[in-house]
Amino acid sequence: MRVALFATCLTDTFFPSTARAVVRLLERLGCSVEFPLGQTCCGQMHFNTGYREHAKPLARKYTDVFRDYDHVVAPSGSCAGMVREIHPTLGESPPRTFELAEFLVDVLGVTDVGAWFPHRVTYHPTCHSLRMLGVGDKPLALLRAVKALDLVELPDASHCCGFGGTFAVKNAETSTAMLADKMTSVLSTGAEVLCAGDNSCLMHIGGGLSRLRAGVRPVHLAEILASTEEDPWRATP
Amino acid sequence: MARNPVTWLGSPTFPQAAHKALADTQLRQNLRKATGTIRGRRAAAVGEMTDWEQLRVAGEQIKDDVLSRLDTLLVRLEESVTARGGVVHWARDAEEANRIVLGLCREENATEVVKVKSMATAEIGLNEALEAGGVHAVETDLAELIVQLGDDRPSHILVPAIHRNRSEIREIFRRRMGVEVSDEPADLAEAARVYLRQKFLTTKVAISGANFAVADTGSIVVLESEGNGRMCLTLPDTLITVMGIEKLVPTWQDLEVFLQLLPRSSTAERMNPYTSVWTGVTPGDGPQKFHLVLIDNGRTATLADSVGRQALRCIRCSACLNVCPVYERTGGQSYGSVYPGPIGAILTPQLVGDMHDPQAASLPFASSLCGACFEVCPVRIDIPSVLTHLRAEAVEAKGRTAESVAMAAAAWMFASASRYEKAQKAGSLARFLARDGRITSLPWPGSKWTSSRDVPAPPSESFRAWWRKNRG
Repeated sequence: MRVALFATCLTDTFFPSTARAVVRLLERLGCSVEFPLGQTCCGQMHFNTGYREHAKPLARKYTDVFRDYDHVVAPSGSCAGMVREIHPTLGESPPRTFELAEFLVDVLGVTDVGAWFPHRVTYHPTCHSLRMLGVGDKPLALLRAVKALDLVELPDASHCCGFGGTFAVKNAETSTAMLADKMTSVLSTGAEVLCAGDNSCLMHIGGGLSRLRAGVRPVHLAEILASTEEDPWRATP
Repeated sequence: MARNPVTWLGSPTFPQAAHKALADTQLRQNLRKATGTIRGRRAAAVGEMTDWEQLRVAGEQIKDDVLSRLDTLLVRLEESVTARGGVVHWARDAEEANRIVLGLCREENATEVVKVKSMATAEIGLNEALEAGGVHAVETDLAELIVQLGDDRPSHILVPAIHRNRSEIREIFRRRMGVEVSDEPADLAEAARVYLRQKFLTTKVAISGANFAVADTGSIVVLESEGNGRMCLTLPDTLITVMGIEKLVPTWQDLEVFLQLLPRSSTAERMNPYTSVWTGVTPGDGPQKFHLVLIDNGRTATLADSVGRQALRCIRCSACLNVCPVYERTGGQSYGSVYPGPIGAILTPQLVGDMHDPQAASLPFASSLCGACFEVCPVRIDIPSVLTHLRAEAVEAKGRTAESVAMAAAAWMFASASRYEKAQKAGSLARFLARDGRITSLPWPGSKWTSSRDVPAPPSESFRAWWRKNRG
């Protein structure tokens, strides 16, 4: 199957290992992955901050760049949600865009992707993947099928981590109060790895955990699913 | 035009108010406990309904139908109420409504009135207006009474004293009622009962709000838990009901939907203990004079906004407050209005109707857009969508700012893949600021982030650079 990767600007710029993991994973599952170089940003930051007019040309650009693909996959529930739920309100008919877990389970029909990840992991379901896209338990089903992975339940998992894009800066103190409670939940699990399907939320919770030198590493779902016994995940510096 | 009292005069913007509230350890504890409990109970009460989603859709549709023909339905309501011996008054804004109610109290020579818990009267600042006119209003809802006796502000739609714990309530009762009382809920309720019973028996005028009004029959409906509202609605000679114009339902049959949606969403009860319904005046039974004051106070302007108008579907259940992670941490008073939480963040600025007001304009930004509010809303108000819609209005009202310049620059950069790639390469140099793979301090506005979180060092190679090299 021919698939276009929408890396998202954040992952492309800050977390290239996640996008490389998506490529590796999808190719292992028999997909032919393409990365149209014209892609930039879905416009979510502009739209959510009140700059709708600036978001419009970015939504248009997204449609143009991915027009020829039947399936676009993004390693982000938030950006996939922006494309699917918001782009139509900006006058676009976007190409079929999936969050990674949805694509694996719903389109490819797999839950066991042949991964191996010998760590204690807890999973944070990000707000937009949960409530905008409705991915439900799909990421958990994928994680449960990973060999050697010890999955521990995160208390109050569905509570927002406090990121919220520019909310984290405009209402920094409230955001931090939410983050503190999320970190408490994460630390209570004893997990050494915090997994989520969005690098934005992981950057937020991970940024807090890093400040505390808590020793819990944020790892995107794609990197866990790409990891195999022959070619295991390695922390990027 | 006078300022709309829906926001409290002198309230700071949301981030400033939150700064203070977040430092209040007692408040954090009280709210965490209260919202956590009610969240769980609501989920259970809703979970046992197999047709909950259909009920939500029905609630949405009935309310949208009402909003689309509000003009004719309101006239229909007026006819029905008048035919049954009631008197209908129309008020454009808070000032006019308060003047009408004060005039009615004076006609009855009342110096004291009892009140049923009502958001509409709180919105228009009726108690303060009556007090200024020499009429003392006594709140009879237990939580409203706690707020009133504590010279406090409400912090929740359903439970206005949610920010108080029982030992704080005991102190308020001791001070204001002059009674010795323990902090046991039963003892506190008994103290309030003794205090209020005397008021019910001696006061001649009652003031209420309305949960619903049936246009067809002119019937007004109030849902409550304590029975104090029932006392006010039946014992006094004169009843004045103040109601927002959006509270209509067309027919009795429509009530069926809301009498299921509201209790489960608000108090997590299958059915609320008291549902009072009255239609005009019934000779020899209950109040012999009935006045209905219909208030606009920004609602018609809200109705004109095709995205924002869905806020008028709200039935004031407060489910969105109880699930909101922002509300849980900042409390209701940070919103500077009787309507706090997610619904307040979209309703208050619309009722104020002026995005140049910095406090009102700060409210739509008081959300991480997590969507928990939309998920629980019994009338399916898409609060996140209205929030982003109102943010756009706030941005437009502000004009040119450092932020708008930065956003325009970012949009220009993202509009071209080659500009974006150049910016990526330049930004990647920030990795030299990092130690041990993290950046711990950035200049403003990045400092707002690094005050509590590190930033990962940008990698030396973006994904697209890797792709070009290996796959391109």
